[in-house]
Amino acid sequence: MKTITVKYFAMFREHAGLSEETLELDVATAEDVYKQTQHRHGSNEPTGHCKVAINDTMAEWKSDVNDGDVVLLFPPVAGG
Amino acid sequence: MFSISDETIRVDELREQVMNPGSGGVCVFEGWVRNENEGRTVQRLEYEVYAPLAIKEGEIVIAQAKERFPFLAASCVHRSGLLEIGDCAVWVGVSAPHRDEAFKACRYIIDEIKVRLPIWKKEHYVDGDSGWVNCERCANV
Repeated sequence: MKTITVKYFAMFREHAGLSEETLELDVATAEDVYKQTQHRHGSNEPTGHCKVAINDTMAEWKSDVNDGDVVLLFPPVAGG
Repeated sequence: MFSISDETIRVDELREQVMNPGSGGVCVFEGWVRNENEGRTVQRLEYEVYAPLAIKEGEIVIAQAKERFPFLAASCVHRSGLLEIGDCAVWVGVSAPHRDEAFKACRYIIDEIKVRLPIWKKEHYVDGDSGWVNCERCANV
């Protein structure tokens, strides 16, 4: 098990009703975090449409997550 | 230089930032809040921005634009918070010795910013409803 802080943004934050939480998760990748927190962010959107960052650096869904990491889950962006 | 602002974008001040004696011109893109999207009448917009990463990624976009289309100065500001119809949501200015680099770099910067930065747009409609743009397939799961 790893201690992971998960941060939710925009639609994910609204659905979760909170902006972040620290969880004990059995995960290897960022995608695992996304799937195991689906009950929070509420999305089954293919991860390709969403983005992820780890410790304030943009990451890939296959990126490894380590104990103590902060994983940021971004719904589809819409700047401009 | 890339920044996020929760206040009205002051276009004249930004224009001065990209003035350069070696530049023959400046290409500017201003993104405005419009009153309609996909058939719905929009009353106002709300931008949520994760600033630490948006600024970092915005600086990368400008650096990549400079590698592709050498220019002398570039600046970009994106709004956060609540905006009304007609407000400036994003400003991009690029000055260069010749117009070709300025046009191309300006286009590159705005295109990349729209798809890469952690910025989300919530539209508030006149009928009282609201919705996150581009998130339709995430909704109601």
